Amino acid sequence: MTMTILYFARLKDEIGCSEEKLEMPEDITSLKDLVVWLRTQSDGHAQALAPGSMLKMAVNQEHAQWETPVGPQDEIAFFPPVTGG
Amino acid sequence: MIRVQQDPFDIGAEISALTAGRTDLGAMVSFTGLVRDFTGDDTVSKLTLEHYPGMTEKELARIEAEATTRFDLNASLIIHRVGTLAPGDEIVLVVACSAHRDAAFDGARFMMDFLKTQAPFWKKEAGAGDEEGGGKWVDARDSDDDAAKGWS
Repeated sequence: MTMTILYFARLKDEIGCSEEKLEMPEDITSLKDLVVWLRTQSDGHAQALAPGSMLKMAVNQEHAQWETPVGPQDEIAFFPPVTGG
Repeated sequence: MIRVQQDPFDIGAEISALTAGRTDLGAMVSFTGLVRDFTGDDTVSKLTLEHYPGMTEKELARIEAEATTRFDLNASLIIHRVGTLAPGDEIVLVVACSAHRDAAFDGARFMMDFLKTQAPFWKKEAGAGDEEGGGKWVDARDSDDDAAKGWS
């Protein structure tokens, strides 16, 4: 299954790209599964998505939680806590 | 109405356009955020704002709609700039209009508090010594989270 994943701000710098399409195992069904798998993809991923890092997530442009389900058609985004205004 | 743009905005012109022809607005409160030239002990000479196109607009519209319902606003506006800004530049404008002042004050504050914690913008600050594209991502502040939680 192929998924499109977006990264912003510090995460984009650490992972080294703002968007990637990844072929991933079929048993990934939630954001938590996805993060655990992504951490194994490179040192940059491991650093950016490390346990304990202040990580925010969105699925289809809506704020999401660890338990939020994900599938092949979804637009997934990872980013640090927001700092606008 | 919400807008995300690189260009500067004219506060007077925006408020005039929002309130033109309206005679039902008893109160109008506006908030403008400016770029500071310091953060802690560091000097800031350039601020770059990144955002998540698509989600940003959705979040701002959601925040505005919630404020409108909650405070019975009858006109409102959120404009947020992105791209490269300099100290002194205006970065965000929030306007809340209602029949009475309490709702307008509360509506403007509510929209800012939720914009700060929910809208996907990220600031990067650079000083005079930083290279092009360099600088430091700004950390989120707990006090902003507390402000938003105060409304629930």
